[in-house]
Amino acid sequence: MTASPTLTRPGPPSPAGPGTAGRPAVRARRARLPVVLTGAGLAVAAVLALPLVFLLIEAHGAGSATVSHLIFRRLTADLLWNTVRLTVVVTAACAVIGTAAAWCVERTNLPGRRVWAVLVVVPLAIPDFVVSFGWASLWTWVHGFAGAVVVMTLAVYPLVYLPVAASLRAADPGQEEVARSLGVGRVRTFLRITLGQARGAVLGGCLLVALVLLAEYGAFEILGYQTFTTEIFTEFSVSFSVPAACALSLVLVVLSLLVLAGEGMLRGNGRVSRSGPLAVRQMPPHRLGRATLPVLGGFTALTVLALGVPVGSSIYWMVARTSHAILGVSLTGAALHTALYAAAAGALDTVAALPIALLAIRHAGRLRYLLERSTYLVLAVPGVVTAFALSYFSERYGSGFLYQTAPLLVICYAIMFFPLALVGVKASLARAPASLDEIARSLGSHRLAVLWRVTLRLAGPGLVAAFCLVFLSVVTELTATLLLIPTGVQTLATQFWAYEQNLAYGQAAPFALVMIAVAAVPSYVLGRFFDRTSHP
Amino acid sequence: MAIPRKPAARFRGRRRARWMTAAAALAAGCGLLAGCGGSAASGGDPQSITLYNGQHVQTAQNLVAAFEKATGITVNIRSDDEDTLADQIVTEGSHSPADVFLTENSPPLESLQAKGLLAKVNSSTLSHVPARFSSPHGDWVGVSGRVSVLIYNPGLISAGQLPTKVSQLADPRYKGKLALAPQETDFQPIVTSYLRAYGQAATQHWLETIKANASGHIYPDNETIADEVNRGAVAFGIVNQYYWYRMRAEIGASSTKAQITHFAAGDPGYVIDVSGAGVLKSSAHQGAAQKFLAFLVSKQGQEIIADPSKSISYEYPIGSGVTTQAGETPFSQLQPYPITIAELGDGSTAITLMRQAGLL
Repeated sequence: MTASPTLTRPGPPSPAGPGTAGRPAVRARRARLPVVLTGAGLAVAAVLALPLVFLLIEAHGAGSATVSHLIFRRLTADLLWNTVRLTVVVTAACAVIGTAAAWCVERTNLPGRRVWAVLVVVPLAIPDFVVSFGWASLWTWVHGFAGAVVVMTLAVYPLVYLPVAASLRAADPGQEEVARSLGVGRVRTFLRITLGQARGAVLGGCLLVALVLLAEYGAFEILGYQTFTTEIFTEFSVSFSVPAACALSLVLVVLSLLVLAGEGMLRGNGRVSRSGPLAVRQMPPHRLGRATLPVLGGFTALTVLALGVPVGSSIYWMVARTSHAILGVSLTGAALHTALYAAAAGALDTVAALPIALLAIRHAGRLRYLLERSTYLVLAVPGVVTAFALSYFSERYGSGFLYQTAPLLVICYAIMFFPLALVGVKASLARAPASLDEIARSLGSHRLAVLWRVTLRLAGPGLVAAFCLVFLSVVTELTATLLLIPTGVQTLATQFWAYEQNLAYGQAAPFALVMIAVAAVPSYVLGRFFDRTSHP
Repeated sequence: MAIPRKPAARFRGRRRARWMTAAAALAAGCGLLAGCGGSAASGGDPQSITLYNGQHVQTAQNLVAAFEKATGITVNIRSDDEDTLADQIVTEGSHSPADVFLTENSPPLESLQAKGLLAKVNSSTLSHVPARFSSPHGDWVGVSGRVSVLIYNPGLISAGQLPTKVSQLADPRYKGKLALAPQETDFQPIVTSYLRAYGQAATQHWLETIKANASGHIYPDNETIADEVNRGAVAFGIVNQYYWYRMRAEIGASSTKAQITHFAAGDPGYVIDVSGAGVLKSSAHQGAAQKFLAFLVSKQGQEIIADPSKSISYEYPIGSGVTTQAGETPFSQLQPYPITIAELGDGSTAITLMRQAGLL
């Protein structure tokens, strides 16, 4: 496989880092904009815009006076402060932990590197609200801001670790050698060259972390920490106040716009280039020396806190408490429905992300860049809002068509998690150079045949990664599920929640463990994918 | 130290296998999903109704199981927060899949009644319950009752130090000791009651002060208040009485450190809330839905609520002359603030005030 030797400005969050994202060909290829592709891309973007349209309709219906009254009240300032400080602190903590862990695993002679590489990623499979349940059910001090920082950092740092590890492994070691040979010190080499090479990956990871934090509900509800998203949920569930919820959601959308813009600015036009085609040379690892023991201690602590506590406390509650039986659905039934919905949404998203990703990579331009960027906004719209938007459109314009059926629920998931699929699809399409398409075309293959036989085949593993990212997120989704799930059906998350809310910890625990088990498979596949992107 | 690169052939084979697995999963998923969607849409059966349940899941499940056994009518339960369900019913309008709406408190039902979304309840059903516990317009029927109490941890505060009036919650000596769950639908009737007793300006001030007193101990729901007080994270809070009983049933008497006590007789903090049920006007199964309501207030239905071994509800039965068997203060001996269901209303004024105070 020939990958691009020169990477210009990589697209937004590409966890695969500079090794995978970017425009493939140096040749200016002003191909005619394929009509079909653009049409499909616009259609996908239109569906993704539904929640935002709903917000605007509701805000318009409530009137500007009401909306500004709802936005400019004291609570908004409190929520803003809570949301922003948490996002900043947790994102920074994740950046440090994720980058440090990645550097140790990839670039040093840390004993047991392969084992740590797996253990550090596995927390991704544990739903955030299970982590917070694990901590909060054992210790009362895990509460409020401090609790939220601890729990969320432990729950989401792999989102930084994965892309940074991949990019560190793919990065050109020659630059570090050159810097060192020119007399630049170790620390400065690390700061200027190593971190410089990983910058795109760190930023991409941080963007995902920030957006996930903005939309998180379950964990904060358990920890009693108020953010915009928990408050939006409260407005829906306490005061019949859809306009108030929508007003707050608009603030949240603006916040995520700021995050997106900030990430775009920091990313800038930094060029990451590597010398020579595909010179995957192994660096001699840095020797940890006397630091070996403290670093090992750090990894052990991280594993115990991020993995041991939630799993351990689930097992503890299962053994320690006998609960009054709430008649729940069977574990198998819930697991089956969960996996089914997650797989359907993953497949739908992977397919829907193709046109947008192809446009962004093969036909880059300002408008298409914006089209692609805009789809990230939905990640910050709370699930309950997206679900409400879909029921609104279904009832208002479709006489209840598909309402509370599995297909609408899957569409809702697909809208919510589309950006995650896009990240994976884009990263992998970037690995399938356009020049190969052209060769195939010049040999007489039909356009579609080329797409199928060349592009998709090369992008295959990345598509699986995209599928897995969405799958993982659906397994743990709660608020949209509660609104749209077919009556009588439960997913692992809703059944866990029903038990947890009734303090039936003993009954909740097995659902948490099965959720972890179901999510572990795609996490492993994801780990493998990012592991491999470094070996083009 | 170089890690050997993987042989290319092995690489390719694995990729193909994974790719094919994904395709197979996709195909299987689509097929299964279609099947699932079909089975969920079983709304046409006259012997099957859909219950939107805002009550505790255990209570609803036990009532439904007995009803299904007695009548052969199937009840599909959809459980969520009562106000979320009320929002959903409003959004769904005339297409609502719901036939019956069962709540924990009267305000969501009053709100739907005001929007004209509820059908009249059969008068024979209404006659099983004292009129003051049902809708004055006959659009919904009261099913069970609950009363607000103080829950406290004797290790942190003695019974003598507790407030006897709800207005005293604003006393500075309770700073850092008080827990509140303002988002919980049970709290809003207390605010409405306070509003009736003391007027708007006083209520506004009271809310702001108790918010400050409860700083750091504002919880999402009454279960959390009960749990945190019991664990000693906070000294005391306001809940409805049955949360304490439910917690004790869940964790056992030996682990239950917390105690409960009533406000002084006739105090505005001493409020009886009514859990009720109504039939949706849009329901295509009026007959079966009315049968379900009749069952809820029948002797059999009320005895399920009364008997902790049958429902772990711990709420007070209020119909067909049934009394609680949970060992609580008998319902007839409660001395609540005299506020009517109509005065409790849909709670919108209380919500506005709570929002202004920054509690919502």
